This record gives sequence, structure tokens and C-alpha cells, in this order.
Amino acid sequence: MVATKGSEPAHMNTTTMELKGDREIVIARTFNGPARIVFDAWTKPELVRRWWAPRSLGVTLASCDADVSVGGKYRYVLKGRKGDELGFSGQYVEVDRPNRLVYTQIFEPMSDAGEAIITITFDEHRGQTDVVSSEIYPSAEARDAAVSSGMEHGMREAMDQLDELVTSLS
Amino acid sequence: MIETFAALAEPNRYRIVELLRSGPRPVNYIGERLKLNQPQVSKHLRVLKEVGLVDVHPRAQQRVYELRAERLRQLSEWLERYREIWDARFEEMDKLIDELKAKEKSHGRNKRK
Repeated sequence: MVATKGSEPAHMNTTTMELKGDREIVIARTFNGPARIVFDAWTKPELVRRWWAPRSLGVTLASCDADVSVGGKYRYVLKGRKGDELGFSGQYVEVDRPNRLVYTQIFEPMSDAGEAIITITFDEHRGQTDVVSSEIYPSAEARDAAVSSGMEHGMREAMDQLDELVTSLS
Repeated sequence: MIETFAALAEPNRYRIVELLRSGPRPVNYIGERLKLNQPQVSKHLRVLKEVGLVDVHPRAQQRVYELRAERLRQLSEWLERYREIWDARFEEMDKLIDELKAKEKSHGRNKRK
């Protein structure tokens, strides 16, 4: 319904994002690797550390722990430039390596809002893997807070700098 | 933003917004095109107006509704920021996956030795 898509050249893998109804966000991306590798990169803490807090966003990963098994728990903590911390935690509901992963997620600053349910499918074809992540939030407010959370904790500043740069180049 | 998305989540309101993309339209035109009666259309338009997605202008005996581009632009920018965060993550993941693939390959070679 409301979707956004990057304007990268066609040969690159683009990230698409779509809002469905008022509680769901669907993110999709293709990776140039087999599902078993993409699944591990997505779940194993020592690998998640490498990509979940990209330096370009001005945040670091303060901690990252996960017991990737049914009923197992995880907690990722982002740290902003000013030392502020932002925790994401939850529990694995379904772990079907390398095809499917379902887990709950609490955005700790808004824990009163309840849990989101995140379902990720990994679909391999000819050495590439299509990943589709569906995030269903407990309410429209919780979803919109999650989308807006990227603006907090130093990311906003980094993004503004990036925008300025892009504007000055174009 | 919450109210704006809630307003758009209703299928008939979304259809009205789609229809108004072709230009300003009077209430009765919208009703005819979308097969909705006038009270329904008026109710939806009132909600869309409250969240700033449409504006209304009187023209002769009619009320003409038009989309507010500014509000739509804000919505798309807000979503685009979230997409950029994931895009930045996935670019890092691309590098990691290349590395893991290379590692797997060299392990495979070692095994065969």
C-alpha cells in the first residue's frame, strides 16, 4: 500500500519496504549467497555484530546475545553517540534453519506497547536468497514508534548529514 | 503519522486518495466512481481532511476535494528513513556474506586435500 524502494542501479539488490494495514511492516531483500549462510548471518550473535549497527548510522552495538532455539531469548542493545542505550529483546517462537524464523520483539523504551511478532522467510534459488521479514506490531502506535525510532539515538544526525551530502552532490 | 496511516489503512479511503491523484474531484464524482453513497464518501473525506491528506474548496454549488502533496511527501520521507536504516544494515551483511562464502569455499578445498 505505502511502499518505498531505493533508486540503486538494477544490478544491485534493493531493499523494499511496505506498510500493510496499520500494524505491519514488510521488508524484503535478496542476498548473493545460499540460505544457510544468510540465516547464520541473520541469527548468530558473533555475525549479527558485524551488520546490525552499521557505522554509517552513527550507532554501535553495546551487546548482542541470543540463544537461537525455540523458547530461547535474545537481547540486542544499540548505543548512540551520546552513550544512550536502546534495547531490543524477545524470544524465538520457531527456528527452522535455514528456511524460517519467528520471534517476538519488545522495543524496550516502549515495553508497555507490547510485543511485535517477526516472521522471516529465507528462500534460496540459484545461489541467491530472498529474505522477507514481516513485522506485526501490537498496535498502529507501536509500529509507527518503531519506524520513528530510527530517527533517535544518533541516527537522525547521521541521516541528516547523509542527506546534506546527497543534496550537495546532486 | 499514526493518524495518517490509520486513515490510509481503510481500503475505501485509500481508493479515494488513489482517485484524487488524477486531480481535484467533487464529492459526487468520487461516489460514482467508487460506488459509494454520499454520506459514506463525506465521512471518509472528513477523516482524510482531519489528517491533512486532502483539502476542500467550494466550486459553484460543489465541494471539490484535492490531495495535499506536502503531507504525502512527509509520509514517504518518514518511511524512506526506516528503509535506509535497513539498507545500511544489509550493505554490511552483503560484505559479511561474501566473506562467509569465501571461507566456506576455502574450507571445502582444505577438506578435499
